Amino acid sequence: MQRIGVFVCHCGSNIAATVDVEKVVEIIRQEPGVVHAEDYQYMCSEVGQAKIADAIHEKGLTGIVVCSCSPRMHETTFRKAAERAGLNPYMVEIANIREHCSWIHKDVEEATKKAVILARAAIAKVNLNAPLKPGESRVTKRALIIGGGIAGIQTALDIADAGYEVDIVEKTPSIGGRMSQLDKTFPTLDCSACILTPKMVEASAHEKITIYTYSEVEKVTGFVGDFTVDIRKKARSVDMDKCTGCGVCQEKCPSKKAPSEFNRGLSNRSAIYTPFAQAIPNVPVIDREHCLKFQKGKCGVCAKVCQAGAIDYEQKDEIVTEKYGAIVVATGFDVIKLDNYDEYAYSQSKDVITSLELERIMNAAGPTKGHLERLSDGKAPREMVFIQCVGSRCADDRGKSYCSKICCMYTAKHAMLIRDKYPDVNVTVFYIDVRTPGKNFDEFYRRAVEDFGVNYIKGQVGKVAPQPNGRLLVQASDLLDNRQIKMEADMVVLAAAIEPNPDVRKIATMLTASIDTNNFLTEAHAKLRPVESPTAGVFLSGVCQGPKDIPETVAQAGAAAVKAIGLLAKDKLLTNPCTAHSDELLCNGCSTCANVCPYGAITYEVRQVNDHGIREDRRLAVVNEALCQGCGACTVACPSGAMDLKGFSNRQILAEVDAICQ
Amino acid sequence: MQELIKRAKELLADGTVVRVLGWKAGDLPYNPEPAYFAKDTDFADFVYNGFCGANLSKYMIEASKMEGKTLVFLKPCDTYSFNQLLKEHRVEREKAYIIGVGCKGKLDIEKIKALGIKGIQSISGAELTDEAETLTVQTLYGEKTCAYKDAMLERCHVCKGKEHKIYDELLLTSRDTTDADRFAEVARIEGLSPEEKFAFFQKELGKCIRCNACRNVCPACSCRKCVFDSNKFDSSQKANADSFEEKMFHIIRAFHVAGRCTDCGECSRVCPQGIPLHLFNRKFIKDIDEFYGEYQAGEDVDADAPLTSFTFEDVEPSVVSTRS
Amino acid sequence: MSIETNETFRPKIVAFCCNWCSYAGADLAGSSRLSYPADVKIIRVPCSCRVNPMFILRAFEKGADGVILCGCHPGDCHYSTGNYYARRRMTLLFSMLDYIGVENGRTRVEWVSAAEGVKFSATMNEFVEKIRSLGKNVRLGDLRCRS
Repeated sequence: MQRIGVFVCHCGSNIAATVDVEKVVEIIRQEPGVVHAEDYQYMCSEVGQAKIADAIHEKGLTGIVVCSCSPRMHETTFRKAAERAGLNPYMVEIANIREHCSWIHKDVEEATKKAVILARAAIAKVNLNAPLKPGESRVTKRALIIGGGIAGIQTALDIADAGYEVDIVEKTPSIGGRMSQLDKTFPTLDCSACILTPKMVEASAHEKITIYTYSEVEKVTGFVGDFTVDIRKKARSVDMDKCTGCGVCQEKCPSKKAPSEFNRGLSNRSAIYTPFAQAIPNVPVIDREHCLKFQKGKCGVCAKVCQAGAIDYEQKDEIVTEKYGAIVVATGFDVIKLDNYDEYAYSQSKDVITSLELERIMNAAGPTKGHLERLSDGKAPREMVFIQCVGSRCADDRGKSYCSKICCMYTAKHAMLIRDKYPDVNVTVFYIDVRTPGKNFDEFYRRAVEDFGVNYIKGQVGKVAPQPNGRLLVQASDLLDNRQIKMEADMVVLAAAIEPNPDVRKIATMLTASIDTNNFLTEAHAKLRPVESPTAGVFLSGVCQGPKDIPETVAQAGAAAVKAIGLLAKDKLLTNPCTAHSDELLCNGCSTCANVCPYGAITYEVRQVNDHGIREDRRLAVVNEALCQGCGACTVACPSGAMDLKGFSNRQILAEVDAICQ
Repeated sequence: MQELIKRAKELLADGTVVRVLGWKAGDLPYNPEPAYFAKDTDFADFVYNGFCGANLSKYMIEASKMEGKTLVFLKPCDTYSFNQLLKEHRVEREKAYIIGVGCKGKLDIEKIKALGIKGIQSISGAELTDEAETLTVQTLYGEKTCAYKDAMLERCHVCKGKEHKIYDELLLTSRDTTDADRFAEVARIEGLSPEEKFAFFQKELGKCIRCNACRNVCPACSCRKCVFDSNKFDSSQKANADSFEEKMFHIIRAFHVAGRCTDCGECSRVCPQGIPLHLFNRKFIKDIDEFYGEYQAGEDVDADAPLTSFTFEDVEPSVVSTRS
Repeated sequence: MSIETNETFRPKIVAFCCNWCSYAGADLAGSSRLSYPADVKIIRVPCSCRVNPMFILRAFEKGADGVILCGCHPGDCHYSTGNYYARRRMTLLFSMLDYIGVENGRTRVEWVSAAEGVKFSATMNEFVEKIRSLGKNVRLGDLRCRS
């Protein structure tokens, strides 16, 4: 029998106003096994924690029950307090009499009764608690960054600067990500490439950073501190070591009909290509689907013209296996497909474009060399319409429920840049709300309206219809003036919602990291742990966690780096001691438990056991405590009850059930 | 029967096996029991007839630990159990020499007695080689007859088929005995009102004397130590645990074998109180088939078991209250 | 209809909540002061897949009138797959209880995320009301072997 001390917290009036704490103490004092019970204003305070320590020393307590707020709040606090007083921290149980009692009930008598029952359940459980000791696992001092956009680059630089090895895995042939596709950035209007390229160069030149472009994460095993990752380096068909980046192959390549991903399909590129001029590495890849050599078996021009002899048609995908202590996901975003928004005529007219396409059009390296022109006939537009929230803040399932956050600002940027460069172009923006929280953001938007004469109309566009004269008829409602608008435009720009990169689902599954219904990765805590995934050792950087602009992305990238550094700086990690374990005398060796283990933590070995004098070799389940995360799936799958979970054992939970149903 | 003995002796003689797992005659004409045979003389009381319902698969758990191979006779339905045990690593394939024996449906002495046939001295027509459609029973009160079909175990009327799922060789041919819907009785109960359902099960379970015969005979219930015999699920109060066990035993037992039970029907066959225990297992099987697609435990050793697999679109538990 | 005023029968209700989603959802219901009857007592488990059918049967045997299991939404399990196993287990268990004549309203599974304090509270209110309408659970207590 344990010697149990019960501590009932007032939490100021949070608990005490609804639960008669003195009465709880009085009743609980009578419970078998309880040798000490007291109440105090704030158990989590230093004085409160000292009371626990004192009682442990004076009364020789072997188990502690704290009736207080949620264990999610202060379980760790009280465990540490007990540990400092020499008690195993896992001998502490919390009865949640605040969130689950005082805060939701009004009647004092009723709440007090419930508090007593919750305390009894915790006492019943702690009676069966056993001291637990966390295991130790080592930390591989190397980080993996999945995604080589600005988020990934910044995280990599920060971790590498702290002295740790970092690998970046980027799916496309070059790092740079979405930011490399942008022309100017808000609210300062600096050139995106001018501020990104130095970062790309820095990352590639950093002695601690290894960049795997045209590569994908194929398999992840292991756990925090000790991940093993298979990286598939897709066949580039170009020898990275030999290529000098002279670019002759791209010039001479006869197949020039492949749509340029970088220019969002608005221009074509050669089959052998680097996505853009500043690409890092400056080594082309052969797009085998468009290459005549691969498709028709004849050509080989690139190999002929390559003086370095770098072209290798025989190159195969290669799997690199590497160990990491921390993994940062920085998979970024894409704009949504506009199939559900046919009313905007995106698929019918070349002059209806997305904002990201406009970025490419406005960019000197883009499909029109930076000239603002209609893609249908090359004419300069006179009238431009921007439509906001296309697929964002959508009430039905056509689009996304969330605000894409960046569209208001980039549209103000586009409008301003166009009005600045082409003062004779009229710009009209249809919006639901203009959202400009951010440093210098509202000022920026006001400049667009006040200094640049951009025409903002609150209202939604109902239809965009191509006209016989080649122009676009825009039908909209002006909500402030309460009138219908019909106007002709030369170009319509859609602020399409952004969504997480579709690959993130696959990656999240590999990492056992959770994602929300919109495919954004979930944080360990929305407010307090915003850059950590609930899966230990996995961190979140950039838009994969939620919509954000460049400054926010860079800030979060740094935060993710700090969290990763904090992990890599440790030599050893303590593992969660609440793991499954199998009673060898009860185990049938039937493999049922292993079939439900999501972590591959259960293996089987044949071992001699001594079952009450009978010695025999048996096939037994063995739990790897470093891999086990303590979900308990195996404990229920096990028909004989051999598998049990420390800290949440069958007997402990049944004792709670009994106490509650008493 | 003689074919079985002849082949068993051959395999013993050539050293293929060191023992034979079969059935020997009991003290009554209708209660043969599982037995090992090793020497020629052992076979004097070897028997294989319509009363050999006993599923020998479970005995292979122990036999797998013994030196050398064991010849085991398995009826078609028994092979499902063997496969399931194989899947769960409880038996070793290489320790078993399986002779798949034919079956023409096994007999239920309780059904014969229920026909008013008492004082039984001998029964003929129960031999497998016998083409007889009728059983002839010598009783203290003279000769009585009954149709073979009318004396068959419930499980044989819903036989899974004549095919052996695993074997080294086959002897004798089987007869198709299926003439009823396996899930008819489960469906009938499902259609009752909650009060009627409860009354039905309370009456049936009220007969239970907790003799553990069902547990002991069940090839799926083959844990080294049953949860009801270990302290793993006790709280501190043993008296309450006993009451828990008493009330919930059959539900928990059925749940523990859900997805693993091959529906061999042994539990109902051996219950001294005649409780139709298979109705629990078959309910789970019916639900599994309906919710997750048809699954026959023991049919395919490599198939994913229904309770250790899932799909994203699985029905929600609320289906229980929403379906009709 | 307010259930707080129905004083005739106060059921015993056990709610198993997974640590990561539903327990946090219950915490949020608390911090948002979204009330539900005190009849509900929560037991924290790491995951819905930790809940053994034996726990539920034991609760009924010990006098519980209703048992509810809350876990992360399918697809959101902290352990990625736990709630899928729980879903199958509970579907079969509930179906069995229904089959032996236990009113199917006494058992329930609800997926409640850490952000769904409102749903947690609403679910508990609804469940308590349902159990109150069903009255005391006597059947599982009576389903004994010896008569």
